Amino acid sequence: MKVNIYIYIFVMALVTYLIRMIPLTLIKKKVKNQFICSFLYYVPYATLAAMTFPAILYSTSSPYSAILGFLIAVLLAYKGKSLILVACSACLAVFICEIILVTFGLI
Amino acid sequence: MKISTEYTSGIKDGIPIFLGYLAVSFAFGIQASKIGLTVFQAGLMSFTNFTSTGQFASLTIIAAGGTIGELAFSQFVINLRYLLMSCTLSQKLNDNTPFYHRFPVAFGISDEIFAASVTKSGELSPFYSYGLMSAAITGWTLGTVLGVVSGDFLPGNIISALGIAIYGMFVAIIIPQTKKEKSVLSVVISAMIMSCLMYYVPYLSEISAGFRIIIITIAISVIAALLFPVKEDTANES
Repeated sequence: MKVNIYIYIFVMALVTYLIRMIPLTLIKKKVKNQFICSFLYYVPYATLAAMTFPAILYSTSSPYSAILGFLIAVLLAYKGKSLILVACSACLAVFICEIILVTFGLI
Repeated sequence: MKISTEYTSGIKDGIPIFLGYLAVSFAFGIQASKIGLTVFQAGLMSFTNFTSTGQFASLTIIAAGGTIGELAFSQFVINLRYLLMSCTLSQKLNDNTPFYHRFPVAFGISDEIFAASVTKSGELSPFYSYGLMSAAITGWTLGTVLGVVSGDFLPGNIISALGIAIYGMFVAIIIPQTKKEKSVLSVVISAMIMSCLMYYVPYLSEISAGFRIIIITIAISVIAALLFPVKEDTANES
């Protein structure tokens, strides 16, 4: 039997919201434990790093353009450039790199 | 700070997120139209779910006519990282923040809103979150709608270039702090190495993307917390 698309959307939304909502409403006191504080401090860096690499290599048509985009992003981020400038420069690097790759018949 | 100032400051910091989401959800919209979702359905999904990885994964399951249980479980695993983020964010809110602020703030927990919220100094005002959310949810929903409408008429090389946008944002969020703290640099490098291992090594690579992220996050953060405990004031400020 084919499931109604709106049921899919509702269930997804419910599961995702509960995950976000439960800790934020239940934990109402500051955690004093140094281990837990340190753990939570490192969570975003570990998550984002793991999500970025190696997935970034497959985010474009060619790993070569992706590597270039990644390096440009790291370089500009290291120089403290803004979120949007880093993201746009990475896109532009990929775009130009792929034009070159296509021109030389590499992809 | 005044409510309106917090809200405006949230909108301002939300502009890069708006643009990044516009690009990524545009790609999502194109995918969604390919499996036959209407503009309204795709837009509704983005507006009510507001999660990039989860939504992309759902398209595969919906297209294959998967069960509700399968869909629910996949969303749970992929989005379990929000549980950790929600725990972290609970420490940034004032202890007296009432429920009617906690419920809507929770809805906005995404990778980028989380990153913007934790890196802001001092306590988190719900109105700052609302500012971020106004920009981000608008960008996410609008991009989806535009993606479905324009379908595949955009050239492939532009779509390919837009694919890297979200990762560019992630890089921009994590790299600056690696310069300031050796511990964060170690966390980022080890998480990437572990991610590669789990991605390429046989057997390990069979673990789903969602579980992979959770395992790496927990393992690396536990080790980092043991090796480099954070002084209390640093954890609260940054």
